[in-house]
Amino acid sequence: MNKKKERIIKYLFTMLAFASLAFLVGIVLVLFKEALPIFTKVSPKDFLLGQSWYPTAEPAEFGILPLILASLLVTLGALVICVPLGVGSALYLHELAGPRQRAVLKPVIEILASVPSIVYGFFGMAILAPMLQNSFNLPIGLCALTTSIILGVMATPTVASIAEDALSYVPRSFREASFAVGADRWQTLTKVIIPAAGSGISTAIILGMSRAIGETMTVLMVAGGSAVIPSSIFDPVRPMTAAIAAEMGEASVGSDHYNALFAIALILFLITFVFNIAAELISRRFRLKLGLSR
Amino acid sequence: MKKLIITLMALGMAGTSYAGKVVLQGSTTVLPIAQKAAEVFMKNNPDADLSVRGGGSGVGIASIIDGTCDIADSSRAIKPDELAKAAKRGRDLKAHLIAMDGITHIVHPSNTITNLTRAQIKEIYTSHATNWKKYGGPDLKIVVISRDSASGTFEAFSEMVLDKKKVRPDAIMQASNQAIASIVSRTPGAIGYVGLGYVSTSVKAVSVEGIESTKDTVLKNEYPITRPLFMYTNGKPEGMIKKFIDFVKSAEGQKIVNEEGFVGLK
Amino acid sequence: MKKRDIFQKLGFGVLGACMAANIFFLGTIIFFIAARGLGVINWEFLTAAPRDSMTAGGVAPAIVGTFYLTLGAILFALPLGVASAVYLTEYSPKGWIVNLLRISINNLAGVPSVVFGLFGLTVFVKYLGFGVSILSGSLTLGILALPVIISASQEALTAVPQSIREASLALGATQWETIRRVVLPAALPGILTGVILSVGRVAGETAPILFTAAAFYVKGYPHSPFSEVMALPYHIYALMTEGTHPEEQTRIAYGSSLLLLMLVLSVSMLAIYIRARQRKTYNA
Repeated sequence: MNKKKERIIKYLFTMLAFASLAFLVGIVLVLFKEALPIFTKVSPKDFLLGQSWYPTAEPAEFGILPLILASLLVTLGALVICVPLGVGSALYLHELAGPRQRAVLKPVIEILASVPSIVYGFFGMAILAPMLQNSFNLPIGLCALTTSIILGVMATPTVASIAEDALSYVPRSFREASFAVGADRWQTLTKVIIPAAGSGISTAIILGMSRAIGETMTVLMVAGGSAVIPSSIFDPVRPMTAAIAAEMGEASVGSDHYNALFAIALILFLITFVFNIAAELISRRFRLKLGLSR
Repeated sequence: MKKLIITLMALGMAGTSYAGKVVLQGSTTVLPIAQKAAEVFMKNNPDADLSVRGGGSGVGIASIIDGTCDIADSSRAIKPDELAKAAKRGRDLKAHLIAMDGITHIVHPSNTITNLTRAQIKEIYTSHATNWKKYGGPDLKIVVISRDSASGTFEAFSEMVLDKKKVRPDAIMQASNQAIASIVSRTPGAIGYVGLGYVSTSVKAVSVEGIESTKDTVLKNEYPITRPLFMYTNGKPEGMIKKFIDFVKSAEGQKIVNEEGFVGLK
Repeated sequence: MKKRDIFQKLGFGVLGACMAANIFFLGTIIFFIAARGLGVINWEFLTAAPRDSMTAGGVAPAIVGTFYLTLGAILFALPLGVASAVYLTEYSPKGWIVNLLRISINNLAGVPSVVFGLFGLTVFVKYLGFGVSILSGSLTLGILALPVIISASQEALTAVPQSIREASLALGATQWETIRRVVLPAALPGILTGVILSVGRVAGETAPILFTAAAFYVKGYPHSPFSEVMALPYHIYALMTEGTHPEEQTRIAYGSSLLLLMLVLSVSMLAIYIRARQRKTYNA
């Protein structure tokens, strides 16, 4: 009797544990099911490489290249900010901060990582955009630059805290060996610790990138929204997430436009999926290299 | 799990089907009217329970066809394919004209432009005209701002001004009237279009074909880009829905329309 | 001074500057919002409904809406999340299953929030017919919170010393009894941390509720899981993009942003505090 109960409980837990997998598969299925009809109207090549996005014109045009490039541009812009700041902060925390400073800074960074994206978007719209517009004399403050800055600042705590974790996994013995052969702290850091934690740091950067490219509310509020291939960082752009969020409300269910928006979501999902798998593989190699079990 | 769902469903029915509950959804242009009207209406009728959602004209009409809202706000007339879809679902959508609106072109207060012809507006929005100088304004880059292409305001604008020609791809597409007004107020070279209710002192309204967009010119249909605003119901309105529609059309409701900057019918 | 000492000084200086810039940027954001929002928040702001075309009154319905959405999401994600963590740590399944599940959990954590919104729209709002409602929004947010709860619970469960489990089993307890009576109680503070962290995450999300739960204006408070609701993050968005009174609305948006910020930051502070105490007990 007891044994049977144990077995049932184990099955129950097994089933519940597969929920995450089920949801992930569910998301993929939904995206495919709602996205595929558009490819009977537009070839995948024209969809991905088409340069005009006129979903409601007659005849409609569904070319999302401007949206993809916009997403890439603001994500790259964000990386320019969040990689040096995030990794630099992590190195500072790991190498220079005393125990007391660490005890304050580490949680502070973690707490800052939880600031909601709508707050960043609001700040970008109400304060940063007008400020940049005035100081750079731009035609409009809502542009790729503003978006990149906000996304970069937003992803910095994420990058910092994951990179710091990676650094803390580097065994003490590496450092001691380096000191023993006469290296100073800076040399030890750049020649030994950073290479040892390198793949861990790249995981942090990839996850930061994944966060930036999938961010929605901020780009919706700050990016400006022109569906044109950006020619400069000061151009207003329409990243993929912004197009989905802005247009889904107005596309009627089952229309071509609706399916096209799901197709954008599918592509976005695949991009972040590749990022996440890459991060997973790199961090596994990192653990193996350092002989960590988890 | 199934039991749970059924229980929740039952609860939900209990929640949604009682007499006082009315859901409004649709046009962001009509949204301020709907919100204020709902606010005052519920103060007068404590047993009424209204909720107001935006989304856009298209989504409002799609929802009422789906049966997920009771009143669809729309800043354009229903389209033939929407009518066909409604008929297929057995819906008989009734239009209630609640206000008139002039799609007003706005520029930054510092811009010296005061009038544009319809052809000029069309040119600015569809070609690569880049400088205000061409139209007698300052030597300044034109920043073209438009509503998202799925909005009712865009569709009305596109039909009445652009003759359905495509908007230039570098136009900044914004999801709402307010977003356009606030960008224009901060951007010296900008031009945008909004419902009359969104014109404020922080932007400058430009007359079209020499006619200013005012309540008077819109009501007399003199202003060239005038459009009606509707609320759609499924069949003849009854109960609380009728009470609300009647309220919006009443003198008190039309006063709200005027207060929100649109043009009341009375 | 030797050349390499100068290098070291410079290098460390740059790192310090990165840290300072990091804190400075985020500090600026919080400062601006606090400076302009503080004057807006008062008793009426917290307890009244919006009035006069959203230009006056308070944001109480949005606070309540966010509370219900978050509560619903946690009620849904907590049992699933803890069960997943228990399965992964206690029932030590085969290697490939662990890998498969870990990959799906990590990927679920990386799915863009707007994609969750589309999933919720298709499955909960349309397919299951829950409509735009607290229920649809909560379920969507719950899926988003799931990976956070699983990771935190897993960390908490692995931190429970193996010896305790063995002692319990040696005393004749079955595996389930050991989990229920010994392991879970010991891991409770850690699980709680995960729950609180996910509360912070869920309460601030906007994109997933955009199509599944949020309304611009509703009467008073929701009375069924099928009501649509106002929610703080969506309210900020709506105030900035809809309505005919931008100045007054921006003022209220500052107040709402500060409120949301305080809510989310204090929640994560609490979580981090509990976790720090927890780690201390195990390390001591």
